[in-house]
Amino acid sequence: MALLDIQNLRITYDTPDGVVEAVRNVNLQIDKGETLAIVGESGSGKSQTAFATMGLLPHNAQVSGSIKYQGQEIIGLSHEEMNKLRSNEIAMIFQDPMTSLNPYLRISDQMAETLIYNSPNGKRMKKKDAIAECVRMLEAVKIPNAKNRIHLYPHEFSGGMRQRVMIAMSLLCRPKLLIADEPTTALDVTVQARIMDLLVELQEEFHMAIVLITHNLGIVAGSCERTMVMYKGEVMEQGSTVDIFGKPSHPYTQGLLSAVPRLNQDEERLVTLDRSFETQMAEG
Amino acid sequence: MSTKEPILSVRDMRVEFKIKKQNALPWHQPEILRAVKGVSFDLAEGETLGIVGESGCGKSTLARAIIRMIPSQGGEVFWQGRDLMKMNEKGLLGIRKEIQMIFQDPLASLNPRLTAGQIIAEPLKTHHPSTSKDEVKKQVRELMEKVGLSARMINRYPHEFSGGQCQRIGIARALITNPKLIICDEPVSALDVSVQAQVVNLLMDLQKELGLSLLFIAHDLSVVKHISNRIMVLEFGDIAEIGEAHDVIHNPQSPYTKELINAVPIPDPIAERKRIAERRALEAKA
Amino acid sequence: MMVDVQKMEQLADNLAVQEEVQGRSLFADARRRFLKNKAAVVSLIILCAVLLFSIFGHMITAWSNEEIDWGILGQIAELGAPSIENGHYFGTDQLGRDLFARVVQGTQVSLMVGIVGALIAVVVGTLYGAIAGYTGGKVDNVMMRIVDILQSIPYMFVLILLLVVFGRSIFMLFVGIGLISWLDMSRIARGQTLTLKNKEFVEAAVATGVKPITIILRHIVPNLLGVVVVYSTLLVPQMILTESFISFLGLGVQEPNTSWGAMIAEGAGAMQYGTLWQLAFPMFFFIITLFSFFFIGDGLRDALDPKDR
Repeated sequence: MALLDIQNLRITYDTPDGVVEAVRNVNLQIDKGETLAIVGESGSGKSQTAFATMGLLPHNAQVSGSIKYQGQEIIGLSHEEMNKLRSNEIAMIFQDPMTSLNPYLRISDQMAETLIYNSPNGKRMKKKDAIAECVRMLEAVKIPNAKNRIHLYPHEFSGGMRQRVMIAMSLLCRPKLLIADEPTTALDVTVQARIMDLLVELQEEFHMAIVLITHNLGIVAGSCERTMVMYKGEVMEQGSTVDIFGKPSHPYTQGLLSAVPRLNQDEERLVTLDRSFETQMAEG
Repeated sequence: MSTKEPILSVRDMRVEFKIKKQNALPWHQPEILRAVKGVSFDLAEGETLGIVGESGCGKSTLARAIIRMIPSQGGEVFWQGRDLMKMNEKGLLGIRKEIQMIFQDPLASLNPRLTAGQIIAEPLKTHHPSTSKDEVKKQVRELMEKVGLSARMINRYPHEFSGGQCQRIGIARALITNPKLIICDEPVSALDVSVQAQVVNLLMDLQKELGLSLLFIAHDLSVVKHISNRIMVLEFGDIAEIGEAHDVIHNPQSPYTKELINAVPIPDPIAERKRIAERRALEAKA
Repeated sequence: MMVDVQKMEQLADNLAVQEEVQGRSLFADARRRFLKNKAAVVSLIILCAVLLFSIFGHMITAWSNEEIDWGILGQIAELGAPSIENGHYFGTDQLGRDLFARVVQGTQVSLMVGIVGALIAVVVGTLYGAIAGYTGGKVDNVMMRIVDILQSIPYMFVLILLLVVFGRSIFMLFVGIGLISWLDMSRIARGQTLTLKNKEFVEAAVATGVKPITIILRHIVPNLLGVVVVYSTLLVPQMILTESFISFLGLGVQEPNTSWGAMIAEGAGAMQYGTLWQLAFPMFFFIITLFSFFFIGDGLRDALDPKDR
């Protein structure tokens, strides 16, 4: 049985201008310990799909289809059940770590809180033990001098370090599925490389499945086994990363791949995305 | 590199910020952050200089200090032989016509209460207030077509455009006074990959057609490489390396440039995985 | 079929080329959202009705606000009650004056005080705050300290002093209210300006050499309007309340003119004689107007800032 099984997912929004379809006909399966990349431009519905899985869609959104986590249907779960799932099974990290950290609390308090109220074995943890565990986790995400740094406030960390803290926080409850929504978009390239390396390492260490949502095809190539390409709410193509990058079958994927600026090519002009496939799609 | 007289030369530019430490008392000396530590470079007419570096390296600060949008703590800037730093307000106004700027966030750089036409016309109205309404409109429409926007969108508001289109409006606004130099501050960082290429190509075409000089600031080496003749790599407010674009990319001298180049992901699974493995092995050793 | 569709599209394209597309401004969006808010729209209608009543009310009554109906003087409790027959739709006050005419006239004064106060606040406060915030540095410091000083003086005391020294008149009342109403607004405008100032579109204007005053008027102030409009709808009732309080103390408008506050004071004093209508009618207008303003302010805030929902 797949860890996450999404069938015929459709998300629509009621807006003053009528009903808008954000996602349609999305099917995807993720097995335990697998990494899947969802790639697409802004507005492709990639984040919407992730938010639906986390039960985090705004209330004017309507979801139909089915999202099964370990065989359990997620759509229509109550608030409490969803919260339990979110704290123990599925974790998510976001593009901007600053918005998910409370600027008025020390990192130690924020991290320990998760453990004290949602400890993995169901018992309330002592604060001292919780903090010790948090330090271990910060060391796992390679924050130097974690023992002292845990008592700092979020703004005293750099962007990359903050994202590491977020990752450590999301790993505290040993999730089986980690959804990373553009985790490196706000970061510098060198930091991005380090964070991606870290995610790959952690995945091996903790045996969790990762869904990486990004618009950057480059970071997908190095770290994900499977790739799914989305455009305007629909899945264009999915398959193994090597296949998709090696011989993309859909014209959109081909266009997207050739539009990525590369360092090792020397042609004058950048290749722009050929959008003629849209008319092909409309006709076919 | 051309042997022509440089259009812009910057000598020993320094920018410092005073930072009040948290819970400092009034008589405590503020800490001084040296954002730009003595940067010098030349820019020839029609040339593109790419400025690369990570966030906080002072690349945007440098650009703003050059055109005196923020005060600098030393250095000289010669624009066609005249020292910008010693100019009065009136002289500076003339320079503002010749040096324009394009910004990072396409939507935030456009006033949400004005139409595309009003936004593009603003520099023209500032520098040539006597231009007739019809003439302004004619020029705005021509420019919109030139940057790839339909002229009938002239009365639309920024929020009705996509990110790439907003950036085109920003480019049209920068072009309307016929500037000689455009400073592009991360103009494509906030755009999708597919749109990035269109905007970069547009800038390259316009540069060729109009003979513009460009200062192209970005953190993405792969984009900078395509548009620049020369590249300057900044590290903590200092020049790590400056040279011909091809040389900097293919034969980097400073370790920092090497690190930057190494971090750019390759959209090829096999090559990229090999490189990550190498990187990890190297880190494990260190 | 296919060909037809293509032809149609071409035709549509040709038509469109000739015509410039009219954009949808942010205010147009906000108006659409506002009109969807039922409470706000009803409040707006009520407010318009009150306004029309204050302008045209005197046309439907034979009495003026200072005429005394000698026929019922002395028997107010028995004969002065609201009735259609003798033309006193709202009854009469203690002196036999027609309450309808007096309410019409009082509404005029109260609304005027509220609107003039809010207008001064909007114009002076917004500009003052925007200039202070945009200029920054020492100018900002000096300008805002002046506001601090003005605000630290107990304004009710100053207002009373003004009215006592220069005599009680509507003009003095406006002066007094105008002096204080813009202080809060200037603080709000300044705070907003500080965040706007760092936006890239302001930077773009600076880089292109636009004069500071043009930047303030063209780029800052229009983007402040959302907050300012919302705050001023809350300011109008505040001004009306201030005037009412002063009139309640007996320092506001002068007889034979009146205002809601003065009438409520009279009505409250006359309650013991069993002429409850004297209190009820001005109170009714006072309350529905304040409620309308509050609901409109609420609706405007939601309409102008859709992110909050």
